[in-house]
Order: sequence, then C-alpha cells, then structure tokens
Amino acid sequence: MVFKEKAKILDEKDMERAIIRISHEILERNRDTGRLAIVGIRNRGEYLAQRIVKFIEKTTKENVPFGIIDITLYRDDLTEVAEQPVLKETQIDFDISGKRVVLVDDVLFTGRTIRCAIDQLIDFGRPAVIQLAVLVDRGHRELPIKADYVGKNVPTALNEIIEVRLREVDGIDEIIICEKPEGE
Amino acid sequence: MATKKIVTWTKKDLLGLEYLTKEEIELILDDARSFKEVLTRPLRKVPTLRGKTVVNLFYEPSTRTRTSFELAAKRLSADVINIVKESSSIQKGETLIDTGRNLEALKTDIIVVRHNCSGAAMMLSRSVSISVVNAGDGWHEHPTQALLDIFTLKEKLGAINGINVSIIGDIAHSRVARSNIWGLTKLGANVTVCAPEGLIPAGIEELGVKITNSVDEAIKRADAINVLRMQFERDRAEAFPSTIEYFKTFGITEERLKNAKKGIIVMHPGPINRGVEMSAEVADGANSVILEQVTNGIAVRMAVLYLVAHAKREEAPTDAV
Repeated sequence: MVFKEKAKILDEKDMERAIIRISHEILERNRDTGRLAIVGIRNRGEYLAQRIVKFIEKTTKENVPFGIIDITLYRDDLTEVAEQPVLKETQIDFDISGKRVVLVDDVLFTGRTIRCAIDQLIDFGRPAVIQLAVLVDRGHRELPIKADYVGKNVPTALNEIIEVRLREVDGIDEIIICEKPEGE
Repeated sequence: MATKKIVTWTKKDLLGLEYLTKEEIELILDDARSFKEVLTRPLRKVPTLRGKTVVNLFYEPSTRTRTSFELAAKRLSADVINIVKESSSIQKGETLIDTGRNLEALKTDIIVVRHNCSGAAMMLSRSVSISVVNAGDGWHEHPTQALLDIFTLKEKLGAINGINVSIIGDIAHSRVARSNIWGLTKLGANVTVCAPEGLIPAGIEELGVKITNSVDEAIKRADAINVLRMQFERDRAEAFPSTIEYFKTFGITEERLKNAKKGIIVMHPGPINRGVEMSAEVADGANSVILEQVTNGIAVRMAVLYLVAHAKREEAPTDAV
C-alpha cells in the first residue's frame, strides 16, 4: 500500500525542542530523580527514550536506569494482524519495583500498545508510578489511556498515518502525516 | 540498523528441518533468542498463548523433550495436556489418526507428537487442521532437538556458516543426527558424521556430509562435536560388541580432546551414558554445553509453539499491498 505524503508536522529542530521540553517536564514532575527510570517501547520509542535519558543525565549529572520493551508477546491481536510482527528482546536490567517509570513511544493512537507495555512492566515488578511520554498524540483512543507528556497533538483522520522518522533508524528526524489513497 | 529480510511463518506444523527453508530456520532461531530473554525475567511467563491448548502426545518414553515442551507451553500461558501411551486409549487399539481427530474435536490447538514410526507426525498433520509439532518420529527427524543444538552453536560461535560440526555415534538410528544434518547444511556448516561402519546409513553422503570411521579424525578440525547416545536398548549388538569396546574406540575422553581445536564445543542430546559415548570428565568439563542445551531447548520450543500458533497459513488471504 502506497501512502501519499500530506504534510510535515515536525522537522529536526521542532523534534529536538519537543524532546528537550518533555525531558524538562519529566524532571519537573519527578523531582526524586533517584527513583526515575525511562523505558522505551520498540522500535522508535527506544531511540526517543535514549535521547531523553541522555538529556536528563546531562542536566542532573545522575544516572537514569534505561530499559527497552518489546510488546509483541503481550499483543491482543496476534491472530488477526495481517503482518507477523518481528519479535525482539525486552531489556530491563534493573529492578523496577518502587521506581517512577516513564514509558516512551513515538505515536499514541489506539492505546493498545501502551496497554501491552503496562501489562508487561507490571510483570517485571511493582513500579511506584507509570507515566507516558509520546512524541505525537494522534487521537482515536480505544482504551482509557492518556499521555502525561506530549510532543505535539495532531488531530488525524482514520485514513491517515503518522510516520515518525528518526536519524537512528531512518537517517533523518521528521514527522510526516500521510494519507491512504482512495479505494483502499 | 541491520535490515534483515522479514520472513513470515506460513506453516501450520513443524514436521522436520528437511521441509524448512534457511530463512524459516533462522526465524525460529531469532525468535528463540527473545524467548530466552523471557526465561531470565523475574516472572518467567508471557500471555502470548493464553486460551490455547497444547497436547503432548507421546508414544515413546521421554523426560527431557516432554518436560521441555510442557514448560515451553506453560511459559507462554497455554494449557497443557499430557497423553502417554501407557495410560490412554492407544492401549485399546485407537489409531494415531483417530486419536488426532479426537484431540481436534476436543478443541485443542497444537499436538506435540512423539512416535516410534518415521513419518507419524506428517501422517497426523494431514488428518487434522490443528498444528502438529514433531517431537521425534522413528529414525526420521527430531527437529526441535536439532534447532536447540544449532541455537546453542550460534550462541557460542556467533554464526553457523562455515563452521565444522562432527556428529559422532549411531547415525543410522538417529533422528537427532538427521535433523541436525538438514539444519546445519542449510545454514552452511560443514558436517562430518562419524560412526562404526555398521551404524552409517547407506546414502548418507547424499545429504552433503563427510563420513569417517575415526573419531580422532572427526574431532581434529571440528569447532563442535555432537555426541549421540548409543542406543543399546535397541539391540545394536551386531553393530558393536560391548559398551566397553565402544568407549575404547569411539568414546570422547579428555585425552582425545587434546588433539582438538581449543574451545571445541561438546554437545549431547541426552540422556548421557557416562563411560559409553563420553567420559564423565568430558560431560562435566569446560567444553561441555550439555546443560545449556537443555535450557535453550525451552526457548526454542517456545519459539516453535509461538510460530505455528500464529502462522499466516498459506490459504489465508494476504494483505493487499
């Protein structure tokens, strides 16, 4: 399926500013940085989380535990999805019990991915708090889930998709809104 | 980022490595790595197969394989039923196909079958629409054992392509050997089989393996040796006079390993006959990965159950691209 590019929502500079702002807000809301931990959701949430960790560590001069979560094994739609997801490892090498965990993902859409991530996190221990940071909130929630930190709210139609490109994966930092062509 | 071709699993069954492509074998091995990580979590369980039922249908005795499949299924949150020959209607003369159809009528999802007849798993798979996983059929194949052997090798050596693996022991009656040969050669390993003359099956070289009767020769250039169990209970007396004789000529000892590559990997599918195929010192020695194989077996079987349960079956409509 070929998607038609409609508009660029964020460029490199905008994205950097959004990540820095989110990092500041995380610090503001979690003063006890000794208990803070950042967990990125594969794939692109991993790199955003890394950038947030880097910024927070630079600002606070403290180490922030960092983890990566792959939600595939917790999905509720494995039998229905058209494409088989690629299974990757989860890496949480610290005890999350009592931690203030910030989950990081690129796009918040139905909320189902976040549900998977929360379920999985809880299987690793009992965090004091779980918060959510996303680069884009595009609406259309199917579950009662809300982000604590949002880079940009982008109202979308269901025939549109948000494509987040990150330099770590795609060689460029930008967010594009694309449209499904008619008749698909 | 390394971009790898995305492979989709389309088969409802795992019957043998003969029937898989290199890419499909690699998919299982890659997924197994993720499942191995699950086994290190504080809670060693994921909800992936919740609501699915796995039946272990075993016509032959087995501890390791059956327990491993059972644990793999339970770590994936599936329900597990164990059926063993001695305490089931098999004793009353029910055929394999009838048993399979009944298990399907009981709304189960995956049958893991071990049978003493070669081809039993395939026959079963053709008579049911639910998934069938071969846990060993006669002398034919034991795919998950070979997959866990290959997974262990890959973990230890980084890659399979170009490595030298010698399989030593009763090649003629070994489904483990056959599955290993299929899998290893597909992934580009150089395989040598080593056995007493009578235990090398005719035509084995057609599978692309080298043959030797000398265990020292088999060890010399090997990166890994996979030592098979001598199955004396299956009356191979004609092939080899006694266990002591066998140990003297073919047993793996520390003395023999002195001529091997440094860091040679010693594998054994279990159960070990200490002092027959290998000495106790070798089995417990620094080169032995025998217990790691057992751990890896759970991860590999989780991957197999996960893939067959979520197979994008060929008859299903594909996504419009």
